[in-house]
Amino acid sequence: MAAIDTPASRPLTMTRIRPGRILAWTVLFIGGVLMITPILFMFSTSLKTAGQIYDLRLIPQSPTLANYVKVLTEGQFLRWFLNSAFVAICVTLSNVFFDSLVGYTLAKFRFRGRQLVFIAILSTLMIPTEMLVIPWYIMSANLGWLDSYWGIMFPGMMTAFGTFLMKQFFETVPDDFIEAARMDGLNEFTIWWRIAMPLVTPALSALAIFTFLGNWTAFFWPLISTTSKELYTLPVGLTSFAVEQAIQWEMIMTGAAIATIPTLIVFLVLQRYIVRGVMLAGLKG
Amino acid sequence: MATFELRKLVKTYGRTPVIHGIDLFIPDGEFVVFVGPSGCGKSTTLRMIAGLEEVSGGEIRIGDRVVNEVDPKERNLAMVFQNYAIYPHMTVRQNIAFGLYTSRLSGAEKARKVEAAAALLGLTPLLDRRPSALSGGQRQRVAIGRAMVREPAGFLFDEPLSNLDAQLRAQMRIEIKDLHRRLGTTIAYVTHDQVEAMTMADRIVVMKDGHILQAAPPMEIYDNPADVFTARFIGTPSMNIIPAQSDAGVLSPAEGKAALLAGIRPHDLTIGAEVVDPALVLAGKVTAVEPLGPETLVHFEAAGQHIIATAPAHGQIAVGSRVTASAGRGRVHLFDGATERALGRQ
Repeated sequence: MAAIDTPASRPLTMTRIRPGRILAWTVLFIGGVLMITPILFMFSTSLKTAGQIYDLRLIPQSPTLANYVKVLTEGQFLRWFLNSAFVAICVTLSNVFFDSLVGYTLAKFRFRGRQLVFIAILSTLMIPTEMLVIPWYIMSANLGWLDSYWGIMFPGMMTAFGTFLMKQFFETVPDDFIEAARMDGLNEFTIWWRIAMPLVTPALSALAIFTFLGNWTAFFWPLISTTSKELYTLPVGLTSFAVEQAIQWEMIMTGAAIATIPTLIVFLVLQRYIVRGVMLAGLKG
Repeated sequence: MATFELRKLVKTYGRTPVIHGIDLFIPDGEFVVFVGPSGCGKSTTLRMIAGLEEVSGGEIRIGDRVVNEVDPKERNLAMVFQNYAIYPHMTVRQNIAFGLYTSRLSGAEKARKVEAAAALLGLTPLLDRRPSALSGGQRQRVAIGRAMVREPAGFLFDEPLSNLDAQLRAQMRIEIKDLHRRLGTTIAYVTHDQVEAMTMADRIVVMKDGHILQAAPPMEIYDNPADVFTARFIGTPSMNIIPAQSDAGVLSPAEGKAALLAGIRPHDLTIGAEVVDPALVLAGKVTAVEPLGPETLVHFEAAGQHIIATAPAHGQIAVGSRVTASAGRGRVHLFDGATERALGRQ
């Protein structure tokens, strides 16, 4: 009788672990510890009183939520939180709309100067943000945008990276879809919105996530463009806990811990899109 | 319902001409198949009719109207693409209904039309499925459904079956032909597959290098090809073409370049069957034998050419043996050796 080779009938063997893999895991573990430790200390410090700050035990001796109560009830923390949310959401929506609109145009329409426009947009990626801050500031000052929501948001409302990412993705959408929709009588805007956009959802998700996270944590430009405390975003607001006489580490850590929550939620809910986005950006970029 | 008319139609890409002033009239309700090798301009012609390519010269008329400058959506045509072009993010129902996106019909009327189209194409049980859950043939039917739900003046098919396997292709050929019979709408259909052209068309338009070589019903093209290219392109296996000479009405193979080319379809060149008063006799050494069931194809070398002839199904012909094949009177097509145009038959 012939023996049937089933997984159950095979002898159990230990998978041979290669030395290279052990090395890789070790490096990854160390990297993971290095990255997670500051976050753990941030949460730990937020549960300590001012007197316990320099007690470097990870688990506080007498943990307290008093810092959270104080941050959320006193001062303008909630306002800054909402400011950050408003700015991040507006900029994200704007990027998703305009970057994909321009990306689609560059990918799917043939017109004179198309390549030149694309290269001009791409070339802006090579200019560091720090160099752009001064022109942005002068422009904001001249147009009266300083110390306003619009002033915080305008530099990021459309990005070269987003346009490039979306162009690369729209190029993968077969022309037949577009032409079929044209034959069905749709106008160009409706074709983009109803046909092309749903076909690049992974890229849109990745773009939305990167833009939201980038704007949620943005510090440099919001710090420069705002002077009123009411307009501070969260990262800028947190710096107000550090004054010349004293740095309230427990308050800064508490604020930072709360600020991390939306980021963590976005990451946990959409992590498969983030990973895919990173992979796609890598492939396409 | 509509007639299509191409008058001196020209297409150029930059300075490169790809369609050289072609003329064609397609009457209302006719099923016309454009056939030719890759790059012959058949898809470009179809796309110009659709309005997806600009016309460089000449005129396209749909009915009495010149449509050169008319947007695709204004031409009242529906097109089925090679890659189906059914939207993956929509269900079958939504895909078919999308053909009515710009229609001013009520929701109920649209739904009724979608149901009717789905019933006609056997898609009713699949209406709530996504394209990813459909087979190739079902996807193609959805694409046809989306096209027909609009009740267009004409259908344009751009190699719609080329992504299907042979069996499904044969089935879809019959279905599309049957659909044409029921709807009676004008159809312009592009393919590079001469079997599709022969089996489906009311009229075949053979194209090569941006020119129309012949436009005629399938059997007319098969029986009386206008030139060597058409003769070889239509019919499987291809027509044998050999340089020939005619001496007092007797044909014989010629060496090198000749004033005449003789074309004999493999089915008219028989081995082992007695042909009284043959028009042409060829003898040579067998290089391959292909038994097909009802008959056997025999490949042999004669007059420096590769020749295919047919033999009875159970004939004992071995590779390397010598055979003699003959074609009866009236079965040999003659072509001019220089222009390759047809001269008649012998």
